[in-house]
Amino acid sequence: MDGRYLERSATRNFDFTTLALTMTLCAIGFMAIYSANMQSDSANLQGMYIRQAAWTLSAMVIIGAMMFVDYRTMERLAYPLYWIGVLSLLAVTFFGKTVSGAQRWLSLGGLNVQPSEFMKIAVILLVVRIIDDMERETDLTLWDLLRPAAYVVVPFLLVAKQPDLGTAMIYFIILAGIAFFAGINKGTLLRMGVAIALFLPTSWMFLKPYQKNRLLTLLNPEEDPMGKGYHTIQSKIAIGSGGLWGKGLFQGTQSKLNFLPEKHTDFIFSVISEEVGFIGSLVILFIFFLLIMRIVDVAMTSRDKGGALLAAGVGTMISFNFLYNIGMTLGIVPIVGVPLPFISYGGSALLTNAIGVGIALNVSFRRFSVD
Amino acid sequence: MLKPRPESEIFFKRVRSKSLVFTIVMALGCAVITMRLWHLQVIQYATLASKAENNRIRELSIDGLRGKILDRNGVTLVDNRPSFQLSLIPEDIDDPRQALDYLSSKIEIDQQAAIKEIESVKPFQPVALKRDLSREDVAFVEERRINLPGVFLEIKPIRNYLFGELGAHALGYLGAISESQLLSREFAKFSRNDFIGQAGVEKLYENGLRGSKGMKRLEVDAAGREMNHLEDISPKSGSNLYLTLDYDAQLAAEKSFEGHMGAAVALDPSTGEILAYISKPAYDPNKFAYGVNPADWKALTDDEWHPLQNRVIQGQYPPGSTFKIIMALGALEEGVINTSTTVFCPGYFNFGNRAYRCWKKEGHGHMNVHTALVQSCDVFFYTMGMKLGINRIASYANMFGLGAKTNLGFTGEKAGLIPTTQWKERARKEKWMLGETVSCAIGQGYVLTTPLQLARMIAAVANGGSLVRPTIVKTGDAGPKEAERAPISPQNMDTVRQALRGVVAEPHGTAWALKDGPFEYAGKTGTAQVIRMKQGEVVKTRDQELRYKDHAWFVAFAPFDDPKIAVAVISEHGGHGGEAAAPIAKAIMDAYLGKLIEAKKPAAEPESKEES
Repeated sequence: MDGRYLERSATRNFDFTTLALTMTLCAIGFMAIYSANMQSDSANLQGMYIRQAAWTLSAMVIIGAMMFVDYRTMERLAYPLYWIGVLSLLAVTFFGKTVSGAQRWLSLGGLNVQPSEFMKIAVILLVVRIIDDMERETDLTLWDLLRPAAYVVVPFLLVAKQPDLGTAMIYFIILAGIAFFAGINKGTLLRMGVAIALFLPTSWMFLKPYQKNRLLTLLNPEEDPMGKGYHTIQSKIAIGSGGLWGKGLFQGTQSKLNFLPEKHTDFIFSVISEEVGFIGSLVILFIFFLLIMRIVDVAMTSRDKGGALLAAGVGTMISFNFLYNIGMTLGIVPIVGVPLPFISYGGSALLTNAIGVGIALNVSFRRFSVD
Repeated sequence: MLKPRPESEIFFKRVRSKSLVFTIVMALGCAVITMRLWHLQVIQYATLASKAENNRIRELSIDGLRGKILDRNGVTLVDNRPSFQLSLIPEDIDDPRQALDYLSSKIEIDQQAAIKEIESVKPFQPVALKRDLSREDVAFVEERRINLPGVFLEIKPIRNYLFGELGAHALGYLGAISESQLLSREFAKFSRNDFIGQAGVEKLYENGLRGSKGMKRLEVDAAGREMNHLEDISPKSGSNLYLTLDYDAQLAAEKSFEGHMGAAVALDPSTGEILAYISKPAYDPNKFAYGVNPADWKALTDDEWHPLQNRVIQGQYPPGSTFKIIMALGALEEGVINTSTTVFCPGYFNFGNRAYRCWKKEGHGHMNVHTALVQSCDVFFYTMGMKLGINRIASYANMFGLGAKTNLGFTGEKAGLIPTTQWKERARKEKWMLGETVSCAIGQGYVLTTPLQLARMIAAVANGGSLVRPTIVKTGDAGPKEAERAPISPQNMDTVRQALRGVVAEPHGTAWALKDGPFEYAGKTGTAQVIRMKQGEVVKTRDQELRYKDHAWFVAFAPFDDPKIAVAVISEHGGHGGEAAAPIAKAIMDAYLGKLIEAKKPAAEPESKEES
C-alpha cells in the first residue's frame, strides 16, 4: 500500500523545507564542531567533525529510509521498541561505559551508543500509542495520564541514575507535550500543578550534591568562578564577547583556548554565538523556530490523531532541547546535560533528532493518503 | 485499533488551538533568548569582551637588568650575575613528590613549600624549587635530565655585591616588595614577586637602577599553556649608578675596621661627596639577593650589636671632645676669649657643689685656646661653656650642621640632639640647669651627633667654613654643593685649624701617634662616654664588659694646607680616640690621598707606609 503513494506523491507531498532546515542546522553544527576543535592538538578532537559528518550522512539516510515505513506501523511497534529501550538502559546500568563520571554509553562494535537518546523516540511512540488507544475525544484525566506516566517513570529513573538529569527530564516533558496536544482536563491540570509543587521540594533531596550545586550556582555564578560557576561564567563571556556581529567564523578564542568546557556538546551554542554574534545567533534561532513551526504544522495538518500526536511529541522534544540548551548557555536555566539538537556533537542525539524529523516528515508525507 | 478513522472536527480544532498555544510559547521562549542575547552581546558587550580578552591574554612582565653600581673611578661594586634556578612544570611530571625526593637527595629543597606551590598554580606554570644553585647542584641536575622530565634549569640574573660586606650600609640591599609598598602608588606596577631596593642607594635610586619592565604578551589556553606569542615589549636596563665612594678609601677603611665596631665616613670637603662609608658590624647584602632566609634574618635582627643599623646616619653618639671645635669657634667668635686668653686647669672644675674633672687628673696648668684644643683640656672648655651658655653653644653647633639631618636621602637618618634651654623646657618640662652646660661643653650630657654630622662639621672646618651637603651619588656637576657658610672670621677659623694641626703635630697632641704619616693631618680626638648600665645589672660576658668602655672618636682632614678629605670615625667601645679611632681615619685618608697623588704624578712613589 505504501509503494503506491511513494511513486505518485513523493515529490508533491514530501516536505523539502523541513529537510532543508534540518540539514542547515546539521551544517551549522558541523562548522561549529570544526571551529571548536580546530586548534586542538588532540587527534581525537580533530577527528570529531569528520565523525559528525559521518553521523549526519547516516541521519539523512535514516530519514530517507524511514519514508518507506508508515508512521502507523511505527506506532504499532511502540511497545517492543519501548522494552528494547528499557533493556538497553538496563544494559547501560550494568555494562555501560563511564565517561567523566556518567555512565551513559553502550559500546557496540566500536561505536558508542547512548540508549537514553533513542529512548526519547520510544517514549514518543509509546505515549502516543497509549493515548491513541483510548479512542475517545474528551480531555484526558489524571487517571488517563497515570498509565503513560507509569511507563515513562521507568526510563526516567534509569537515566536519572546515570546520572543524566537533562535527558531523564525530557521524557516527562515529552509526555506533557503530547498530553497537552491531546487535551488535558482542567481539573487534572490543577491537580498536576499541585503534585509538581509537592514533588519539586521532595526531589531536591534526591539530587546529587553536584546537581544541587548547579542549581544553586545558577543563582549566583560569580560566587565560585573557578568551580561550580565556571561553566556559566565562561559561556556568558564567550557569548557576550561575540558582540553584535561576532568575532568571525573560526575566530572565537574562548572555545579555541579551552576556556569553554564541553564546548562541542552542551556549550556548542556559545562557540557559535561567540563567532557569529547577536545577528548570527538570531538567524540560528529563526531556523530553529521555522523547523518547529513546520513540525507544528504537521500536527495541525495530520489526517489522524496518531500522526498529530507523533508530530507533537517530536516538536516537544526538539523545542525543549533547543530552548533549554540555549537557556543553559545563557545562564538562565540550571546546567544539566541537554544537547542542542542537530548541532551538538554526538551521534545518538543527532540520529534521535533525525528520526524525530523523519517521523514528522512521514506523517506529513502521508497526510493525503487514503486506505 | 489504529485503523485510520476519520477524526472528528473537534479533535483537529483542538490540535489547531493547541498548536497556536505551542507556537506562542515557542515564540515567547525565543523572545526571552533574544532579549538575553541582546543583554549579553550588546549591553554587556564591553565588559564581557574585556573579560574574554583577559582570559586569553597573559602579560608576563620581564624585569630590566638592574643597573650596576660603581665607585667614583668606575670600579664596579655591584653588578648582576647569572644564576641557575631549578624549576618544575607540574603538568610534565607524573609524581612531583617522587621527583622532589629524588632531587632532595642532593639539593636542599624546601619540599613542603614546593608541594604547596605545585598544588596551587596552574599545571603549566613553572614552580621555582631552588634559586641560585651551586655548580655541583647544576651538574647533578644536568646529568640526570633524562630521568627528570618536567624539571629544568633557568638562568636568572641575580644581584651581585662583588665585595660582600664592603660598603653594605651605603649600597643597601634588595628585598621582596612588602605588602604596604605594594599598596602605595609608587609601586603600582609592581607585583608580589618583585624585588626592590630596601636600603641604601639601592633604595634611594631604585627608579634609576631598576629601568623599566618589559612585557611578553601571550595567548594562553584555559590551562595557562602558551598558544601564541603575541607581542614583546623589551625591558629597558636600569642606568648604571656612579657613587662618590672611592673603592680604595672604602677598602682601607673596611680593613682598618677589622675587629672594631662603629662607623666612619669620609667626605671631599669641597664638594661634600662621600668618599668612604662604613658601618660595622655589617652584613653581606648578597644574602638578600633572592630574599633573605628566615634563619639569616633572625640572626641579623637578634644580633645584639645590630649589624643592620646604619650607624653613619642612625648612630647617635655624644661627640665628646670633638665638640670642643665648636666650643673654641664659638668662644672666639663671641669674643669671650682671644687667642691669648688663658684658663688655669688644676685637673678639675668646681661648679656649685660639684667638681667636674679634667681627663688629666693632675691638670694641664695654664691653657689657651690652642693648647686646650691640642691637649683636649676639659677645664678650659668647661669655662668656655659657662661663659657662652647653652643657647649660644647650640647656635654654633647648628651652624655646623649638628643636631640636624643632613638629608643624604637614606631612610632612617637621625637628627641627633643639640640641647637648648627651650628644648629642655619643651621636651622635659624642666628648667635648664647650669651644670648641664658644663657637661655639654665637652660634648657629653644631652649632646648627640651622628658620624655623618661630625664629618660634615670637620669638612666645614677643613674648607674654611662652608657647610657642604653630603652626597653619595655622582651627579653631572662636580662643583661644590655649598649649602651655607658658617659666619666664622678667617682668623678664628685659622686659629682652630692650627690647633687641630697641633693635635697631630705637637708632642702633647692627643693624636701625636699620627705625626709620622705621609700627609699633614689635622684632627680632633674624642671620647664619648657610654650611657651607664642600669644599677644592679650583672656583667656576665666579655661582650657586656665591653659595653662599659667608651667610644673613641677621631675627626680629621688632610692635607692640612689643601684639604682633600675630611673624615669622622667612631670606634664603639674603642677607648680613647687617639688610640682606637685615629689610625682608622689615617688609613682612610692615606688610601685616598695616596691615590690622588699617584694620579697627579704618575711617576711618583706611592705611599710608603701602612700604619693602620
